[in-house]
Amino acid sequence: MEKKNFTVSVYTENNIGLLSRIAAIFQKRHINIESITASRSEVNEVMRFTIVVQVTEEQVKKVAGQIEKQIEVIKAFYHTDDEMIYQETALYKINSADFVEDLNIQDFIKESNARIVTVTPKFFVIEKTGKRHETDSLYEKLKPYGLMQFVRSGTIAVTKNEMPISNILEQFDTTN
Amino acid sequence: MEVKTASFEKTASPKATTVSGAEAVIKCLLEEGVDTLYGYPGGAIMPVYDELYKYQKQIHHVLTRHEQGATHAAQGYARVSGKVGVAMATSGPGATNLVTGIADAQIDSTPMVCITGQVGSHLLGSDAFQETDIIGISTPITKWNYQITKAEEIPEILAKAFFIARSGRPGPVLIDITKDAQFASLEFNYKKCSGIRSYKPTPEINLIEVERAAEAINNAKKPMIVFGQGVILGGAEELFKQVVEKSGVPAAWTILGLSAMPTDHPLNVGMVGMHGNYGPNVLTNECDVLIAIGMRFDDRVTGNLEKYAKQAKVIHFEIDPAEINKNVYADIPVLGNVNETLKVLLELLKPNKHEAWHQKFKDHYKIEFDKIIKNDLNAERGKIGMAEVIDEINKCSKGDAVIVSDVGQHQMVACRYSKFNQTRSNVTSGGLGTMGFALPAAIGAKMGAPERDVVAVIGDGGYQMTIQELGTIFQTKVPVKIVVLNNDFLGMVRQWQQLFFEKRYASTEMINPDFITIAKGYHIKAKQVSKREGLKEAVTEMMQSKEAYFLEVKVEQEENVFPMVPTGASVSDIRLE
Repeated sequence: MEKKNFTVSVYTENNIGLLSRIAAIFQKRHINIESITASRSEVNEVMRFTIVVQVTEEQVKKVAGQIEKQIEVIKAFYHTDDEMIYQETALYKINSADFVEDLNIQDFIKESNARIVTVTPKFFVIEKTGKRHETDSLYEKLKPYGLMQFVRSGTIAVTKNEMPISNILEQFDTTN
Repeated sequence: MEVKTASFEKTASPKATTVSGAEAVIKCLLEEGVDTLYGYPGGAIMPVYDELYKYQKQIHHVLTRHEQGATHAAQGYARVSGKVGVAMATSGPGATNLVTGIADAQIDSTPMVCITGQVGSHLLGSDAFQETDIIGISTPITKWNYQITKAEEIPEILAKAFFIARSGRPGPVLIDITKDAQFASLEFNYKKCSGIRSYKPTPEINLIEVERAAEAINNAKKPMIVFGQGVILGGAEELFKQVVEKSGVPAAWTILGLSAMPTDHPLNVGMVGMHGNYGPNVLTNECDVLIAIGMRFDDRVTGNLEKYAKQAKVIHFEIDPAEINKNVYADIPVLGNVNETLKVLLELLKPNKHEAWHQKFKDHYKIEFDKIIKNDLNAERGKIGMAEVIDEINKCSKGDAVIVSDVGQHQMVACRYSKFNQTRSNVTSGGLGTMGFALPAAIGAKMGAPERDVVAVIGDGGYQMTIQELGTIFQTKVPVKIVVLNNDFLGMVRQWQQLFFEKRYASTEMINPDFITIAKGYHIKAKQVSKREGLKEAVTEMMQSKEAYFLEVKVEQEENVFPMVPTGASVSDIRLE
């Protein structure tokens, strides 16, 4: 079975130690996590982990099952890239002297729909949100000018289809 | 941090009394019906032990000689009684010594709550004396764990711990309590946990799947059941027997399913797996419908998955959704507690006999009997064989004893040859294969079922891994019977070395101490037998003893356990020699 990108979305209680439990499930199966983010979700007091892995569908199905087994996990979903709207954010820190002296950089910023976050006499910071290849492309363009720092966030994603998490939560509350 | 459970909001009670965190721990245990706990004191758990002194009439604390012994004893207690076993230890080495027993309980789905003391919360993360991150360490081997740093969390969290340990697919839970939380005061009121928002212990039954399962079974020409511990954990033994009898389907057991159905039941066709019986292994690859009930297709059961039951339609009755399709694809997954799903199934089944198909199992049994069983049970030359000892125990117990086996050749022989009339009679370390399990587990088993004979069957290697628990037996006077089958070898490893490593017996030969003197040092009655003529008398004397009894049987040194499915082979390629 072919390996491809899967985004695993895990809805959980907001409890200490859950990240390590979830990460251990991937570690045990020797699956490298491409990116992981945790944030509040659309449901009050429910956290959402967004985890990107490159595995087969059979693997991701089993992993999702094991994740759901964890006591504080409410539900785990997995989706392929075409089922998701997903984004990453990258920050690029560049020497201010280069910015002033080379107009190419300003073109790059415009062309890639990036924006300048901070400008100081010594450096300025560009932010670009988009798909991996878009942030990579800007990285390649800026690299020759001496990037002082570069950092990229994990993937955040929402599904194209509805995720029935609120209904599931209601069901949990009424059955207990 | 607030822990939100459905029960959390409902706990307020006007009858709250002010107690210390340590006393609250004991009161929680009493609320959960705990009458026995196993443990070892130390600095970080001393406040709880101090309170235990006050409550010693209500809770029997068993001082094991090692924390590992405490977990195995708690497991033995849980496995025979069906209750939650409880073990307690201090921080640091006390907590880490619990790890093997916790891992064992996790893989064998044994309900257990472990309570560990922890350094004061202001010291957490400072590498304080006897500080270890037991939450981090135990995360992959617990069903749930939690660190309590505030006294007022104790009732909520312990209620949750017991609920999680015993519900759904049972398992071990570890609760770590900082010393300051044990000393601090709280208003104690207790409400048992009845539900947690994010945790659904038992999946809902899908009636359509049960109907599909019934239809497949009713239409099958060569159906076969493989049953596991889920039948016992679900309390479904009687229902299961009715399903087997009505459908007429031959039923084979996994090592942990053993004793869910009487061994001598005519539809019980033996054990599957690496050292299981010939018929059920070979016929797994001939059946047209394979009905797995409360078992998880362990690799020791399936052998090579590429060649496992490929011809069969697989029906999987299972409480844990993550087990479905994990190892073997289920054509019909039936989720739920088997006690509920089998009830529905029973109504839908058509009575059947499958006589010709049964005859195949009988034919295979005859082959195995002639090649192996006959010799195992009736050897006339050489030293005593392991199966002969089990056979003598069977004759004395008439199938009513609890047999607690350790890990190795003797375990496979004990599971192959023990006779059981009652459920919860076979206690062994299945998934983890923990040597050293049986001696402490037998202590717990006897305390969990004091009215029953409990016989620990142990090899010389495993015996020495937790031999210090003879001290616990001496102190508590728990009347367990201990049989060490001594071949002066790590027998199972030696067997593999013989068969797969050109007889290079690397570090498997054991020079053993005088076990009789050691037992007598603990004031335990002891006897050694090395000749066949004395075996019956020795076993009888042991079984009739009202006190703890140690019997060492010098057995054949290089006996091998057959049948055997070599690692990586198909179950139908099982070797008879």
